[in-house]
Amino acid sequence: MDKIIDLGTYIEKGINALESHLSFLWSAIDDGISWTVESMNDGLLAIPFWIIITLIALLGYYLSAGKKSFTREGFKKGIGIASFTILGFVLIYLMGYWKETIQTTTLVLVSSVIALIFGIPIGIWTARSHIADTVIRPILDFMQTMPAFVYLIPAIFFFSVGNSPGVIATVIFSLPPAVRLTKLGIHSVPPDVVEAGYAFGATEKQILYKIQLPLAMPTILAGVNQVILLSLSMVVIASMVGAKGLGSIVYQGIQQNDIAKGFESGLGIVILAIILDRITQSIGSKK
Amino acid sequence: MEEESRKVKIKVKDLTLIFGKNKEQALKMLKAGHSKSDILEKTKCTIGVNTANFDVYEGEIFVVMGLSGSGKSTLIRCLNRLRKPTDGQVLLNGHDITKETNRELLETRRTEMSMVFQNFGLLPHRTILENAAFGLEIRGEAKEDRLQRAQTALETVGLQGYEHQYPAELSGGMQQRVGLARALANDPEVLLMDEAFSALDPLIKSDMQEELLAIQEKVHKTIVFITHDLDEAIKLGDRIVIMKDGIIEQIGNAEEIMTNPASEYVEAFVQKVDRKTIITAGSLMFEKPTLVQYGKDGPEVAIRKMRTASVDVLPVVDKNRKFLGFVWLNDLIDLAKNKTQKIDDAIRTEVSSIHKDYTVEDMLPLISGKKSPLAVVDEKDGRLQGIVTQTSIIIEATKYDKNEISDLQEQAKEFFKWTK
Repeated sequence: MDKIIDLGTYIEKGINALESHLSFLWSAIDDGISWTVESMNDGLLAIPFWIIITLIALLGYYLSAGKKSFTREGFKKGIGIASFTILGFVLIYLMGYWKETIQTTTLVLVSSVIALIFGIPIGIWTARSHIADTVIRPILDFMQTMPAFVYLIPAIFFFSVGNSPGVIATVIFSLPPAVRLTKLGIHSVPPDVVEAGYAFGATEKQILYKIQLPLAMPTILAGVNQVILLSLSMVVIASMVGAKGLGSIVYQGIQQNDIAKGFESGLGIVILAIILDRITQSIGSKK
Repeated sequence: MEEESRKVKIKVKDLTLIFGKNKEQALKMLKAGHSKSDILEKTKCTIGVNTANFDVYEGEIFVVMGLSGSGKSTLIRCLNRLRKPTDGQVLLNGHDITKETNRELLETRRTEMSMVFQNFGLLPHRTILENAAFGLEIRGEAKEDRLQRAQTALETVGLQGYEHQYPAELSGGMQQRVGLARALANDPEVLLMDEAFSALDPLIKSDMQEELLAIQEKVHKTIVFITHDLDEAIKLGDRIVIMKDGIIEQIGNAEEIMTNPASEYVEAFVQKVDRKTIITAGSLMFEKPTLVQYGKDGPEVAIRKMRTASVDVLPVVDKNRKFLGFVWLNDLIDLAKNKTQKIDDAIRTEVSSIHKDYTVEDMLPLISGKKSPLAVVDEKDGRLQGIVTQTSIIIEATKYDKNEISDLQEQAKEFFKWTK
């Protein structure tokens, strides 16, 4: 069939214009992300692996057991995540993918933090402004449903190959749940509590910080969990534009038809996903 | 009247609140006297509150009562401008709240008016103490100070010992005590209570009403209380406003509303209420009964007075109208036969004397087999103010009319004859 409207060309022209006119901005972002990711990688890899594993296991234990950490009850709650962390990470280390796991973790954390820095305030904004919500909702739909590979093309265009386009594509893909769940959390605060706030003379800012955000916190933390897991699910795709880590090993496995490599690195991602999920969930379920 | 000399705390003048987009036109139509349904049809606006006028006096419990949709909750929210009135004024201490800037409004809400809500509106993530201190926190009081005052407020509502628990760990009644403590901690001049006890089960509700009255004895706030329950309105209200469809149907104290309902709507309400707890001796009593003057009237005069009034019992008073007791016709006839000049021996003092504010429920146990009337005397000087006959008490208690009651009495007499 003939093309009647050549929408793609317009988009391409627009992106070209953005690239050439704002190149200083893109290179600044590129440098910022690369520097953060690399220095975090270097830092984490300088620490002996067993210290990191112990710290994460202890963190998981404490977050699950809470104040009851030193009781039998707390031990029952926390021991599962702690032993899984140790066994999982030791297995990864023994398979020889420790470095890649750290790289992936860094990528996930940096992307998630960026997604949350933008996502939570946008979520608050859409919860409090009907106009903002009307404008932003279709953009979020677009971000979530457009196949993730499509972001990679302009991402390389702006940032060249490496960690930066991977992080940016991951941020775009994982940002929507942060916005949506923040908005949902604020909207599900009982209206009578908010009204009580107004009746006692609270300002908009006091309503937000003293009532809406604390009451929305469990839902917002569920959003944080979703952001982290979606970021992790992007690592393989991000590796196609040069992001390092477990994803790139999986990608090599695909290219080389190497079942052993593919399975080992895939298993590494699963272990990392489970640990990150359990840890962030237990933050959310605390009180 | 005593009430007119009392200080007006809140004055509501021609207050109107319209919901919808085309408020201006709706207001014009309302002022031109169009009906509610006309306005809804033409402008798609509904009238929440329609030209309300009333004064709330300092230190009283002023109850606004109406069914759901009557506009009572909207009305109370106009008082602290949680809803902005379309027209009219709300004067707090003579100062118009509807014209305040946002800054002034925050100040008013923070210091002068506190609100208690039907669903409590507590913060689930904060302890009871922190919840009670919430109003003070909003207004920026230092932490030490606000926790101290919240603690005192919690003690006032009887919640000491629960400071460090969370709202979800408390029963509904206790949660509402926290709501009340939060409002009291601010030490406002006015308390707005929106269906504050409606979500509680009946026993707890009754406890809370007693508690509120007890607290009010101590704090003397001006309280505006919203309810859909007339029994509650009567129990708590010094004065009651009855609202329907956004219009104020009647303002008055419980008894005025009960005895003289201003419209069919009010009457329909009133019928559902237990009259025994409302009707007082003051409204049942005969104010000018025939009197026997002690020291002046002898048995013969007293008998003559009874014949004229066609009764067989009369109250005896001294020259200062102080109540002494009742005399009965048959006793007087005995005295007259013996040619006694004084009535002293005939005065029965074992009768009950009561005060004007006794309700029918209070008077029922005082009814004796002798058909003695009850004497209503002044609380201070013991002067006789009137008498209440047993028949009128029974009429009020049973809602039978006079003829039905005398029939019943006849039947009872017959019955006793047979049993003898």
